Amino acid sequence: MEKYRHIIGIGIQNTLVYRVNFFARALFGLIPLTATILLWQTIYRDRVGDVAGYTLRQMISYYLIVTIVDAFTAVAEDDWQIAADIREGNISQFLIKPIDYLAYRFCLYTAGRLIYTAVALVPISIFIFCLRDYFVLPKDATALAAFALSVAMAGLLQFLISYTMALLSFWVLEVATFIFILFAFEYLAAGHLFPLDILPPAVMQALHYTPFPYLLYFPVSIYLGQITGAALWQGLAVQAGWVLAGYALARFIWNRGVKKYAAFGG
Amino acid sequence: MNDADILAPFIRYLGLYAALWKNSVAREMGFKSNFLLWIVVELLWFGLQLTFMTVIYSHTERIGTWTKWEVVLLVGAAHFIQQIFTALFLVNCTQLSEHIRTGKLDFMLLLPINTRFLVSLRQVDLGGFINAASAVGVMIYAARELHLTPSAAQVAGFVALCAVSLLIHYSLMFLLAAFSFWTVKAQGIVWGYYSLFNIARMPDAAFHGPFKAVFTFVVPIILVANVPVKLLTNKLESPWEIALLLTMALACFAASELFWRQSLRRYTSASS
Repeated sequence: MEKYRHIIGIGIQNTLVYRVNFFARALFGLIPLTATILLWQTIYRDRVGDVAGYTLRQMISYYLIVTIVDAFTAVAEDDWQIAADIREGNISQFLIKPIDYLAYRFCLYTAGRLIYTAVALVPISIFIFCLRDYFVLPKDATALAAFALSVAMAGLLQFLISYTMALLSFWVLEVATFIFILFAFEYLAAGHLFPLDILPPAVMQALHYTPFPYLLYFPVSIYLGQITGAALWQGLAVQAGWVLAGYALARFIWNRGVKKYAAFGG
Repeated sequence: MNDADILAPFIRYLGLYAALWKNSVAREMGFKSNFLLWIVVELLWFGLQLTFMTVIYSHTERIGTWTKWEVVLLVGAAHFIQQIFTALFLVNCTQLSEHIRTGKLDFMLLLPINTRFLVSLRQVDLGGFINAASAVGVMIYAARELHLTPSAAQVAGFVALCAVSLLIHYSLMFLLAAFSFWTVKAQGIVWGYYSLFNIARMPDAAFHGPFKAVFTFVVPIILVANVPVKLLTNKLESPWEIALLLTMALACFAASELFWRQSLRRYTSASS
């Protein structure tokens, strides 16, 4: 355990170099966010009633919470680094050292998220403070606790998906395109663009058989109090199931990949 | 001085540009499958933007004064301009920080041609043209849904305004890229560009207040796709909107040139 705590420490030091970059990223991210909020405001202004059960306040809160969950869970450079490690043969050292590569990458991911969240918190909090009239707070402590648990699992799931995707580098030279294709799917199916329940019911139903909603839409729905009672616990169980499945798949792909792996050069 | 002398530099630069094109085509054809996959990626993102607007319009009749197919036309135009920009400039702008970091810029400065010309136009990304074609397809479809019958002058005006918007894209991105002279780690630049131009495909009627003012008069991203499409759909409130787009494009270009010169003065190679 000691060695992994050490890795997190190193990860934190390494990512601190990027703090200005992170800050700029969080700040620039507020531009499309503001645009989307203004767009919805205009739509609500010209209509009576809500959109698919969302009041304007809930709709704006949805996007604000998405931004927070995204700060906690998004992968930044991790997948590119894993792909580069495989391509350039850096993983050779992990095959002979008593360090598990998946655990190693997870420590670095955790460190990266800690720093990113700490840096992004400043602009995001100020932004939310300006929009406080539109910001919904969680109904009770249970919702908040379930939200926290769900965000943690979303982070695990997001990491495992990206990790497995990057492992494709064992077989193909250029994984960037695959990563971007997956990212595009995630953008829609996880609920980045809009809450999934404004989609036609059939599409929404279909999406629930994929892991994507559990990356973002599910935790945000818990926060907004749209999922409660038995459905909440059931959802958390399904999310945990996806995390386990993701873990199993990541291990499986890694084992297959290492068998195929041949380090070139010294 | 006779006519030939005045034209000579243009012809020389045209010849240089042709050589750069030939180079790029050869390079791209070396990675055919990758080339096709990138087109798939861009198509997916384009589809995503269209989905976003379609889903929104399944819950509302209009956004401000904009109807569904007008917005589809807008998304198409924004994508068209962005893809032409990608084809001609994007890679070159993002590579500027690499050239600075590795000191490759030294060689470019020494060549007997305008450095900004070379830095900006070195590579051509052919996939961008194919993606631009898909955007044209969507625009034509939307125009038919709207029963638009634009006059030849309108279409010509639209194309001309798109070219002006292209200048805005290029100037702003070049400005962003030139920040690499100050911070060496500039991977965030592309990300910043995409975040900024995200709002280009949204109808201007959605915006108001200081946000609209900033992204119209300081960083004119709201104008980029909106003005050409408004010309095409007869939505222009006054000809001043066109004048504003032209003025802002020139201002952006002047700002980027000023910043570029200022930055170059600061440049002290990467290594000896």
